[in-house]
Amino acid sequence: MKHHVTTTVNGDEVEFLCSTEQTLLDCLRDELDLTGAKEGCGSGDCGACSVLVDGRLVCSCLVLGVEVSGKKIETIEGMAKGDELHPLQRKFLEHAALQCGICTPGVLVAAKSLLEKNPDPTETEVRYWLAGNLCRCTGYDKIIRAVMDAAAEMRGA
Amino acid sequence: MQERVKGPQFDIVGTRPVRPDGADKVTGRAKYGADHRVAGQLVGKVLRSPYAHARIRSIDVSAAAKLPGVKAIITSADFQEQPSEFVPAGEMLVNYRDVLRNVMAREKVLFEGHPVAAVAATSESIARAALKLIKVDYEVLPHVIDVVEAMKPDAPVVDETIITAGVTPPPTKPSNVAKRVEFVLGDIEKGFKEADLVIEREFNTQPVHQGYIEPHACIATVSEDGTAELWTTTQGHWVARAHCARLLGWDITKLRVTSSEIGGGFGGKTVVYLEPVALALSAKTHRPVKMVMSREEVFKASGPTSGANVWVKMGVKKDGTITAGEAVLKYQAGCFQGSPVQPGCMCAFAPYDLANVKVVGFDVLSNRPKVAAYRAPGGPISEYAVESVVDEIAEKLGMCPIELRLKNAAKEGTKAAYGPKFGPIGMVECLEAAKSSPHWNGPLGKNQGRGIAAGFWFNIGGETTVNLQLNEDGTVTLMAGTPDIGGLRASLAMMAAEELKIPYEKVRPIIGDTATLGYNFVTGGSRSTFSSGLATVEAARSIIKQACGRAAKLWEIPEDAVTWEDGEIRPAGDNAGKFKAMKLADIAKVAGKTGGALVGVGAISAQGAAPSFGVHIADTEVDPDTGKLTVTRYTVIQDAGIAIHPSYVEGQFQGGAAQGIGWALNEEYIYDDKGRLQNAGFLDYRIPVASDLPMIETIIVEVPNPRHPYGVRGIGETAIVPPMAAVNASARRATGVRMFELPLSPPKVLKAMKGGKSA
Ligand code: FES
Ligand code: FES
Repeated sequence: MKHHVTTTVNGDEVEFLCSTEQTLLDCLRDELDLTGAKEGCGSGDCGACSVLVDGRLVCSCLVLGVEVSGKKIETIEGMAKGDELHPLQRKFLEHAALQCGICTPGVLVAAKSLLEKNPDPTETEVRYWLAGNLCRCTGYDKIIRAVMDAAAEMRGA
Repeated sequence: MQERVKGPQFDIVGTRPVRPDGADKVTGRAKYGADHRVAGQLVGKVLRSPYAHARIRSIDVSAAAKLPGVKAIITSADFQEQPSEFVPAGEMLVNYRDVLRNVMAREKVLFEGHPVAAVAATSESIARAALKLIKVDYEVLPHVIDVVEAMKPDAPVVDETIITAGVTPPPTKPSNVAKRVEFVLGDIEKGFKEADLVIEREFNTQPVHQGYIEPHACIATVSEDGTAELWTTTQGHWVARAHCARLLGWDITKLRVTSSEIGGGFGGKTVVYLEPVALALSAKTHRPVKMVMSREEVFKASGPTSGANVWVKMGVKKDGTITAGEAVLKYQAGCFQGSPVQPGCMCAFAPYDLANVKVVGFDVLSNRPKVAAYRAPGGPISEYAVESVVDEIAEKLGMCPIELRLKNAAKEGTKAAYGPKFGPIGMVECLEAAKSSPHWNGPLGKNQGRGIAAGFWFNIGGETTVNLQLNEDGTVTLMAGTPDIGGLRASLAMMAAEELKIPYEKVRPIIGDTATLGYNFVTGGSRSTFSSGLATVEAARSIIKQACGRAAKLWEIPEDAVTWEDGEIRPAGDNAGKFKAMKLADIAKVAGKTGGALVGVGAISAQGAAPSFGVHIADTEVDPDTGKLTVTRYTVIQDAGIAIHPSYVEGQFQGGAAQGIGWALNEEYIYDDKGRLQNAGFLDYRIPVASDLPMIETIIVEVPNPRHPYGVRGIGETAIVPPMAAVNASARRATGVRMFELPLSPPKVLKAMKGGKSA
């Protein structure tokens, strides 16, 4: 038996059918064709599937599709506004903070949620906040710089 | 801190523009292996062996086949046997007998996770249920995991057809030693006699996984007429095409392979695992079949690199002159022959100008997944051991480890033990840059130590094709065929723009599929910027030549009376100034009237790849209560030839260093006594996370490669070579003990510190 789920994704109301065991990640990717969130592990260890549910950063591979009924979901696909990239997205490009880019959607979503809570994080705070987002390509250096730089710009510093 | 020893010398090459594929990657639009879907697709799943070593007595799929929704089941019976012979595939030799068995086990399963059957079904849950209904009758056999154990005469034999190659007379009995290789230069006996100090050490390293965040994934569609499409995440779609066509017995032209965006490879996506299986399932059903590995499958059944046992002996005079170097390398190949022991041997002493060298290597089978290439395959292991001994020599002689290395450093004209004489290389420049770096001269805190190590990698060229089209409006479309894993499209667009003297933004680079472009060998061997760059330059120069011809036609003057200067086609000689100079865009507008489209093709076998040397400085701090080592400061110094896009060069340096730090401190494959992998997930196989690392400082040294128009050297791989020895050397000073085993995990370090086990 499938469940009928109504929810809001990036501001749009959407509906989908899912089975009980289907994760939010699978619902986004397979039912809604939003493939920006990636599955790197399926066990909550890599952060590639990061999305916000009612403003809270979660690994969508650890949330069930049926759990998000009536909630507000934000994914990487909703981060840019019209023509404008989010400052984090722009800074990631300027700093070359991605190589293969598979971790990038998750890192960006996580970084955005950090800056919403803490607009002026220290390097250590950024590193610990992003410790759940694995990147195998960059060694994190340019990611951290991009996040700090975006934070500074967003603060108007 | 990021530094370049020299400044850029070109208009575009050496600058840092935003990558052309960037916007799609920060918005989630870019399509990776698992992001594609085709209408009507089935889900393919693999049944894997629960045993490390077992004979397959029978496989019964009848119950699974009856499950509603199951559309096809395949086993090894669906693949034709392949003869055992080594055939060239790009620069490597492959034995399709083994490739076939790696894709689907035949008479035996050889490691936990070895595929034995595969199912295509209408849903994931049906496919999983079907796997449970397949009955495999196994005769469990004794297994062997450890490399030294596997070499013993009474060890269980993984492959009964293996007779050690490279020994005379050849052995009469099969064993796990597939091959013995040897490289000799000069006379080591004489060298050791000249030495005032001889140090001899044995090291052990564990297999580590490439750890790309994107699991293997593909979709295969085989039509009723036998033509097929394959979408896959790969470092080389032409090579994937060759392997699949061979295993399936198809004409190459029937199979069109598209490489998706690739979420990391590091060598591990140069082989096929799922692709032939998905194609075979699709051939049976004529439905698209999508297959995606789980993380557990990635760890259990795709390539880690070798673990190894390495013995090193070095002799040195009091003044620091190294008189001889000897090493014996025993590398795990996994369950089929083909460990990177040969490049490991060739790299071992490559950073040094030595008169007397002997390196012997053994390629050893055991009941583990077949190793795959991992960034500088073979080099990091042997160089970790040699560099650790070099560090000990410096300590025993009371010499600065940089001075010791400078005294023995390879330079232009040095004959490497593996054969060639080096051209211009940057080993000395890297050491000098290290010596004067802020890091080397900076302070250290309590419980901290500083270490340094050098590294080398060959780099390769190889078959490469690039197409350039001059569009009607003067913009350019660039099609390359080496998958772009970290900024290649930016580098190629920059070189094309530099050659054609047009803005970078006017070049749109894309990665073509196997039906739209000539052959390309894999993105590997640090070859993609070098080789596709060469082909791009050739294609661009062809466009310029064609454009000059068109202008000559328009002006009705001979072609040799036309020149290309400052981005303009100008009449030259007697005709100078007679006609108005034209830009490429002017020619593009009249292409139709002057002979048709201007298309430049660079189809080459790239020659002249040059090695890259690097030197890393690591500071570590030990927690004396737990033995945990933390890297507190890190600097990568490496010769890039010329950095086309310095940010992506730095990124390669930093990424390689981070992988090396993981290799040094945390990462290892852990098996239980049944030969089952105990840590097949990111929780227990711990790659470095952001909070584990400091900023990684970089210094780009630029000793141009004379064989490339922009001086490019491959840079992707060298950066993973020095970290293990640099961290080991720093740990020596932080902990007071010298250790000979990786990873330097807290329990091991604590034990060594408690035992005061030191050299
Ligand atoms: S896929 Fe969800 S954390 Fe890795
Ligand atoms: S850029 Fe490849 S994993 Fe982060």
